[in-house]
Amino acid sequence: MWGLDFSSVDWNEIGVATLDTLKMLGASAVFTFILGLPIGIVLFMASRSTTGWVRAAYAVISFIVNILRSVPFIILIVALIPVTKAIVGVTFGVLGTIPPLVIAAAPFFARLVETSLREVDRGVIEAAHSMGASTWQVITRVLLPEARPGLLAGITITVVTLVSYTAMSGMVGGGGLGDLAIRYGYYRYESTVMIISVIFMIVLVQLLQMAGDRLVRHFTRK
Amino acid sequence: MIELKQLTKRYGQGAKATEALSGLNLSIHKGEIFGVIGHSGAGKSTLIRCMNLLERPTSGEVWVGGVNLTGLSKQRLQNERRKIGMIFQHFNLLSSATVYDNIAFPLRLARKGKAEVEAKVNELLALVGLEAHRNKYPAQLSGGQKQRVGIARALASDPQVLLCDEATSALDPQTTDSILKLLLDINQRFNLTIVLITHEMHVIQSICDRVAVIHQGGIVEEGAVTDVFLKPQHPVTKDFVRGEQSQGEPLELAVQASGTGSPQAVKITFLGSKTYESILSRTVRETGADFAILQGTISTIKDTPYGQLIVRFEGGREQIDATLAKLSEQGLDVEVMN
Ligand SMILES: Nc1ncnc2c1ncn2[C@@H]1O[C@H](COP(=O)(O)OP(=O)(O)OP(=O)(O)O)[C@@H](O)[C@H]1O
Ligand SMILES: [Mg+2]
Repeated sequence: MWGLDFSSVDWNEIGVATLDTLKMLGASAVFTFILGLPIGIVLFMASRSTTGWVRAAYAVISFIVNILRSVPFIILIVALIPVTKAIVGVTFGVLGTIPPLVIAAAPFFARLVETSLREVDRGVIEAAHSMGASTWQVITRVLLPEARPGLLAGITITVVTLVSYTAMSGMVGGGGLGDLAIRYGYYRYESTVMIISVIFMIVLVQLLQMAGDRLVRHFTRK
Repeated sequence: MIELKQLTKRYGQGAKATEALSGLNLSIHKGEIFGVIGHSGAGKSTLIRCMNLLERPTSGEVWVGGVNLTGLSKQRLQNERRKIGMIFQHFNLLSSATVYDNIAFPLRLARKGKAEVEAKVNELLALVGLEAHRNKYPAQLSGGQKQRVGIARALASDPQVLLCDEATSALDPQTTDSILKLLLDINQRFNLTIVLITHEMHVIQSICDRVAVIHQGGIVEEGAVTDVFLKPQHPVTKDFVRGEQSQGEPLELAVQASGTGSPQAVKITFLGSKTYESILSRTVRETGADFAILQGTISTIKDTPYGQLIVRFEGGREQIDATLAKLSEQGLDVEVMN
């Protein structure tokens, strides 16, 4: 079919690569969430403050976030090699890819968090204050539950973006499906494996998006 | 119960600063329903938001239940706020929480136990008549039902004061009346002090004991609703009262129309049980004057009946003077118009 030869495909290798992609995706998504959510909350809270130094801090954090978001991922991987080495000890393979993935995706996710918190009705926040809620209670009991659909949509977008980042990390020997596609398709001109890899990634993105959409719909009350 | 002293609130700084409240003083007693009425931009919302320090005044003091809120730490202020309930024009319910969870919200903020929360919420659901809707989300409720949830939520922490910022302005007339009735019921049942802000004289007339008229950041008139409503002094107050009674051009014509003898137009105000007595007909029978009713209202202020008639007396000078004197003697308020 289309000149593709499936008989020579090493399914075992594809299986390993798929697993690697899922590992990278899972680990980087978890750390992106852990890092990006608080940064997003801090950005949101700081942006509403009227205190001078808080506004200055907002400007600084916001600037750093913007820089990290504007550097192309492939350059970020290279630039972050010393950092990656310091954190996980290696700069290649599944493990070596996770720090750059997180550092690239967390600022992106933080912005999405900030945006979805902005969507929360100010009146509801005010009502909570009028009932004597502390700042922490406003965050945990009002902002996060009220912004849940937006946050879930943000997580979905971030994870889908991470899929393409993991593929790019294949360029520098990161492992996974992207790595496989590049090694076979680009260096060895064996398009069958490349196409299979790409199809796997498309299916993965589709599944993630569908799951995300379902969750968003489930939690939307408006 | 609530004491505002020299309250000033400025928004912005320098040349573009607007002064929303300027050195305002106000005193609200325990157990009363106090209304604040004013036109758009008069400073009503700013005023009520200063009462629980959602808006921090630029200067002045806010005393609620004997505590000076303006002097408190953040932590103490949060505790005091639990004793001040508030409801809003746009309800401000958590859209992600059910009716039950919305009402439970302030109790959970105060870390109350599960059993206590359940008992209290059930009691409040019954009070506002929403037992059947406990598991619905706000988006599934009508405006009136949402405001009932708002009221139940505000009452959950057994407050001493309930602040209402235009609580009925987003509702239709029937729903408005049912919410006002509920507020009155709560006021009488729990002796709860209620402050309500509105731009509708109807709201003040239905349930308030006392009223203040706010204009350009200051109180221009204040007193018992019967006094302010029946004998408005300030032009802004007259405006609101006229709006409610819909007097206007036709009255001017009627007053100017000539009658026999030396006609005299007067405004007669009846209050309380006198409203339903036949004072007017008895009096003219004695003095022999004639009269034509140019305009009239018989209604109630909260639960006090009142009547206000604009009448043109006709007859001789002495007959008319005697009539007016007799009416005054019998406790009616008589104001000569020209
Ligand atoms: N956050 C703010 N920043 C700047 N100016 C404000 C702010 N809030 C209110 N003002 C100004 O203060 C004045 C009083 O506003 P306020 O909201 O108290 O009026 P209001 O009587 O509640 O009017 P409405 O009936 O339209 O709600 C207005 O001139 C308004 O423009
Ligand atoms: Mg207002």
